[in-house]
Amino acid sequence: MTMNSIVTPPQNRDVFTGRRQVRMDPAMLAETLGREADVAAAENPGFLPRLVGHFHALSGNLGGQVLTFTLTIAAALIASMPLIWIGGSDLWRAASALFGGALGSGPAIAETLVQMVPLLIAGLAVAVAFHASLFNIGVEGQLVFGGLVAGVAGASLDLPPALLMLVCIFAGMAGGAVFALIPALLKAYRGAHEVVTTIMMNFVAVAISEYAVSPTGPFVAADQPSATERVPDLARLPVIWEGTRLHAGLLVALAAVIVIMWVLYRTPAGFRLRLTGANQGAARASGVSIARVTILAMLASGALAGLAGAVQVLGVYGRFYAAFSPGYGFDAIAVALLGALSPVGVIASAFFFAVLHAGSVPLQAVAGISREMVGVVSGLVVAFVAAQPAALRLLSAMRRRFAGAMPPDGLAETEVSK
Amino acid sequence: MNPGREQTMTADGASRPDTTPPAIRLVGVSKHFGPVKANRSIDLSVRQGSIHGLLGENGAGKSTLMKVLFGMMRPDAGRIEIGGRPAAFRSSADALAAGIGMVQQHFSLIGKLTVAENLILGRATSGFVARWLRPLDLESARARAIELSERLGFGIDPSARCETLSVGARQKVEILKALWGGATTLVLDEPTAALSPPDAEELYALLQNLRREGTTIVLISHKMPEIMRLCDRVTVLRDGAVAGEAEIPRAFSDPAERQALEARLVRLMIGRHRPEVPSRSSHIWPTVLSVRQLSDGQRFGPIDLDVKGGEILAVVGVEGNGQSQFVELLIGLRKAAGGGIALDGRDITDMTTLKRFQSGIAHIPEDRHRLAVADGMSLVDNASIGFIDGAPFAPTSFWLSRHRRARFAAGIVRRHKVRASSVEAPVTSLSGGNQQKLVVGRELSRAPRLMIAAQPTRGLDIGSTGAVHEALIGLRDHGAAVLLLSLDLTEVFTIADRIVVFRQGRIVGETTAADADIDRIGRWMSGVDEEARQ
Ligand SMILES: Nc1ncnc2c1ncn2[C@@H]1O[C@H](COP(=O)(O)OP(=O)(O)OP(=O)(O)O)[C@@H](O)[C@H]1O
Ligand SMILES: [Mg+2]
Repeated sequence: MTMNSIVTPPQNRDVFTGRRQVRMDPAMLAETLGREADVAAAENPGFLPRLVGHFHALSGNLGGQVLTFTLTIAAALIASMPLIWIGGSDLWRAASALFGGALGSGPAIAETLVQMVPLLIAGLAVAVAFHASLFNIGVEGQLVFGGLVAGVAGASLDLPPALLMLVCIFAGMAGGAVFALIPALLKAYRGAHEVVTTIMMNFVAVAISEYAVSPTGPFVAADQPSATERVPDLARLPVIWEGTRLHAGLLVALAAVIVIMWVLYRTPAGFRLRLTGANQGAARASGVSIARVTILAMLASGALAGLAGAVQVLGVYGRFYAAFSPGYGFDAIAVALLGALSPVGVIASAFFFAVLHAGSVPLQAVAGISREMVGVVSGLVVAFVAAQPAALRLLSAMRRRFAGAMPPDGLAETEVSK
Repeated sequence: MNPGREQTMTADGASRPDTTPPAIRLVGVSKHFGPVKANRSIDLSVRQGSIHGLLGENGAGKSTLMKVLFGMMRPDAGRIEIGGRPAAFRSSADALAAGIGMVQQHFSLIGKLTVAENLILGRATSGFVARWLRPLDLESARARAIELSERLGFGIDPSARCETLSVGARQKVEILKALWGGATTLVLDEPTAALSPPDAEELYALLQNLRREGTTIVLISHKMPEIMRLCDRVTVLRDGAVAGEAEIPRAFSDPAERQALEARLVRLMIGRHRPEVPSRSSHIWPTVLSVRQLSDGQRFGPIDLDVKGGEILAVVGVEGNGQSQFVELLIGLRKAAGGGIALDGRDITDMTTLKRFQSGIAHIPEDRHRLAVADGMSLVDNASIGFIDGAPFAPTSFWLSRHRRARFAAGIVRRHKVRASSVEAPVTSLSGGNQQKLVVGRELSRAPRLMIAAQPTRGLDIGSTGAVHEALIGLRDHGAAVLLLSLDLTEVFTIADRIVVFRQGRIVGETTAADADIDRIGRWMSGVDEEARQ
């Protein structure tokens, strides 16, 4: 160990940016910064490899994750087969109705993507909270309330269309965040468990939104019960695939994925959030304020949920309906878990659930299987995600049993840690 | 890198032909983790009823080898024989059933459960059906726990929740847990790393008792005195291979012989001689830390204490006498109810933890898993803990540099000889000692004015312990203050300049290291003087 601990007075400003500088041993600082030329020459292998490298580092063990994802889905689908059979349909008809209905044609794919948008954004909302070890079950309520705020803003504000659209989106996010704020404060300062408080807030959100558009409610439309007035057409999210319902909300959702990925892995706030989720004690001992992280994570989660609601209102219906969410906020939990909480994984799992949703109508019409089957499958997915550790243990035990009979193959085997 | 196998020192086997099969025999065991060869064709044979020491640097592969034996990992090659019969444990449950108990290097207790519940966890005493129908017999478990704990002199309360226990107490529960099922073979992975000397003494007596009763024991340790005292035979691992073995006589005819053997083992382990410890402090700077009438309103304080620049002040005392409260007060995890703390003349009593770090405090926590590393994160992420509030890693709030963090982590890895396959590896893939080196390296990188080092060398091998001592002395020589909290009095006497003794949250004695008297310190710690006065 070299002598590296020369004690100097604290340097408070960064030499390059003038910004606050963490206190750090000068020798280590020099090593960390290096000479930029050296960095460029020795460690900068070009843009593409770097991009791939970053992606790889973010996704960790990609092959393993893809495998787990596929196996989980397969297990859930297989487990639901007996139910289809009991329902009196045959598997082939059911499968072709489901997948044909969801992916069989251009318009079908577009409809699937429409279903994917709210699931994706709401799934991110759940995932962000999970990264801080917070279980936000209130995404449904935050989503509904965000949709209400966006719908009311869009119907009552008199602004230029483009501006109105932005205002509606931000109003929706703010609405979702407000609904997450109460559980956040209760958790941060009173230690009330967020599962309990967010569930209760769900009832509040649904009740408020139903009241708002009830016959005597303040925001009910003149021509339509249980809905607000229409948002001006030009202020709605534009359709991006002519002839279908697919709207720009898909782009908003993908942008949200990139932003969340950046925030989680490339900003100090995201680092604090992940650290708090991984080990609260270590976070506290290094000066992270747990209360602040808790509040910020819940606000971010709520804002994303509100965004999902706003996008649905502005993209699909053009107005707020009291029952516009068939439980996106609850499916989002399954989406986030199946996506292993990774923003990219959430894209894949949101797509899977969108296929189920979009395919459920033809499933009922063609194969005669109730739409509720979708709920069964998503419940099974959650069950199988929960069973993943046990399944992995079982797999490695089986591998051992088989390997016990054979000579060891010398392949490295990584243990499941913990 | 790979020194030739040395022959055993004393001629064993030749003079006393052994007919009983070895209690444990490992033949050609290999275990690789990707590119890391943790075990390379290891042969190990442990005599029935003996204490067998396993030595080696941090990351040499000791824990891995024992996990293979215990059925927690499957070897890539090689075989295991227990009592002469081949054994292939598929899980640790199999190993337990075969009478092998193991104390892991990392705690495996469940914090929310009580001691008694932890002890009976996973140990079914009845058949499959009865197990589900009959209520847990916690009463008899508790009684048995009290009996066992008393026999070992541990004094553990079986109805205490594990998360409320001190590190030392949790270690004792781990040992109770391994012995619970009446193990005939016991594997202990650094059991005394977290124990205070008197507790360690109890354990030594217990191990000697167990050996007398015929239990076979494998002991992993970095502490040479306990190895020399307890073990009948030792195997030294280096870079995953056996570097040598030696027989340790129960009694040495002459101390020089003992020293020669010890020196040889150290050389086998680290490839060089035991590091020298530099001389005592030569220069004293003005006061760095000054504590006045500090108390937490509960059982701690009030205390007054000054630490000067260029001084290593050791805080000693029986565990649980206010040391951890003191540290928490200093770094701001606990609110002071009275009194004040000043660092370099600035009042930091009401500062946040973050501000205190920025003002020049660094902290090596006693409980690495609770406060220092985040298990789910990578080595890079763990190296950046506490460095992300400003440049160079986070020049703006929207950017946390990956590249610079990776270079920084690589710097710590290189300077402090952390063994890791890559800086992106999960921190859990590092051996215990290497995680500790990472934490020490990170905290030294803060250029502290006050280094709070709680058990800084816990789990480190002899070479790394020397390096950490050297680094702490280097800090001192440059005018910083070091607060050393250690249960290891040898360490205290080696590097401290001044010693204060804590008892029941107060300072009950103070002495310079130069004229410290170990008996007097012991009396302060146990409080016999106070009692005599009353
Ligand atoms: N699960 C794992 N994945 C990858 N590498 C591992 C894993 N477990 C251990 N290693 C590597 O294997 C080597 C040996 O580790 P091991 O824990 O056996 O060391 P040790 O001798 O017990 O060290 P210490 O004294 O620090 O506890 C180390 O280099 C470590 O990084
Ligand atoms: Mg180890």
